[in-house]
Amino acid sequence: MADLLRMAAWSPHAAGAGIGVLSWLAFLLSDRPLACSTSFARTGGMLERLLGGKPGEREYYRKFTPEIDWQWMLVAGVFTGALLSSVLSGEFQLSSVPALWAATFFGSWLARYAVSFGGGLLLGLGSRWAGGCTSGHGISGTLQLTLSSWLAVAVFFASGIFFAWLLYGGGSC
Amino acid sequence: MLNRLHSRKRVQLVLGYLMGIVFGFMLQKSGVASYDVIMGQLLLRDFTVVKTMLAAVITGMAGVWILVAAGKARFHHKSGSLGSILPGGILFGAGFALLGYCPGTLAAAAGQGSLDAALAGIPGMIAGAWLYSVIYPLLGRRVLKFGDLGDRSLPEVLGVHPAVLVPVSMAVMAGLLLLIELGA
Repeated sequence: MADLLRMAAWSPHAAGAGIGVLSWLAFLLSDRPLACSTSFARTGGMLERLLGGKPGEREYYRKFTPEIDWQWMLVAGVFTGALLSSVLSGEFQLSSVPALWAATFFGSWLARYAVSFGGGLLLGLGSRWAGGCTSGHGISGTLQLTLSSWLAVAVFFASGIFFAWLLYGGGSC
Repeated sequence: MLNRLHSRKRVQLVLGYLMGIVFGFMLQKSGVASYDVIMGQLLLRDFTVVKTMLAAVITGMAGVWILVAAGKARFHHKSGSLGSILPGGILFGAGFALLGYCPGTLAAAAGQGSLDAALAGIPGMIAGAWLYSVIYPLLGRRVLKFGDLGDRSLPEVLGVHPAVLVPVSMAVMAGLLLLIELGA
């Protein structure tokens, strides 16, 4: 068991099946589907309140109260779990520029951070607009055979593949 | 259903955190917390992301449908519309390709030490999700209810009983997984 936890990687089939079993527990024990993106919106509201704003006056934050809830704790746990997994296997490494990025663009961390921030902004906006992300729609929605989730995951990947192709040289590589 | 457990707020926060730890552990172990693996998927060179998702959905589907049939759980179908999913999904894809992480794997990437995720991606994601709360009233029902799909499920839409459609969907996804394996 300890050896299993220390392995650098598992087969994606095994890790994926583990996530599937986890989704049973989420439905059974917490009456919740696994999902992530709402927590980032709640965090934005909590930060706004911290800076003296009144997020509660906006319709969106009356629907999604800026507070720490089950899903917020789930996302905090995702951070902790990945930290634990990578420390146990010795894969944990502080890095600013991913290898593929460095090999294609310049190795400057500033450019990578700027694009990451911009990409994060679009991801946050898009996931809230679409009502979910690759977890909420992509895993939890599709396993429930929800119509809107199947459409959402198709659009996420079609758009992601198109923009990745543009970014990495329009198919010239 | 375990209604008493569901209503215990503090216990639920702890459960959420514990389940998150397992989720993050699995994401890191499967490799999908890495920029290179996710971009490899979007560039169609590495199918780790699709393999992980298909395995999760096949496994998850079997258990969740049984739990619901046994009265131990209920569904949480998301409602959506063309006006929400098309523009939202296209923006999502652009962000997905630029950042190289999705919201869940962004948190996992930060956990394994990727500072581009922790110091730039997460603040960006929070800012973008917050920005949505500002533009939300401007979109209104005219955009967000355009082409409304409701919270319908595929068995309802197709008129096929879940006892047929669930195993068929699982078999199709398992076949896809096998095809990817043979192709690689």
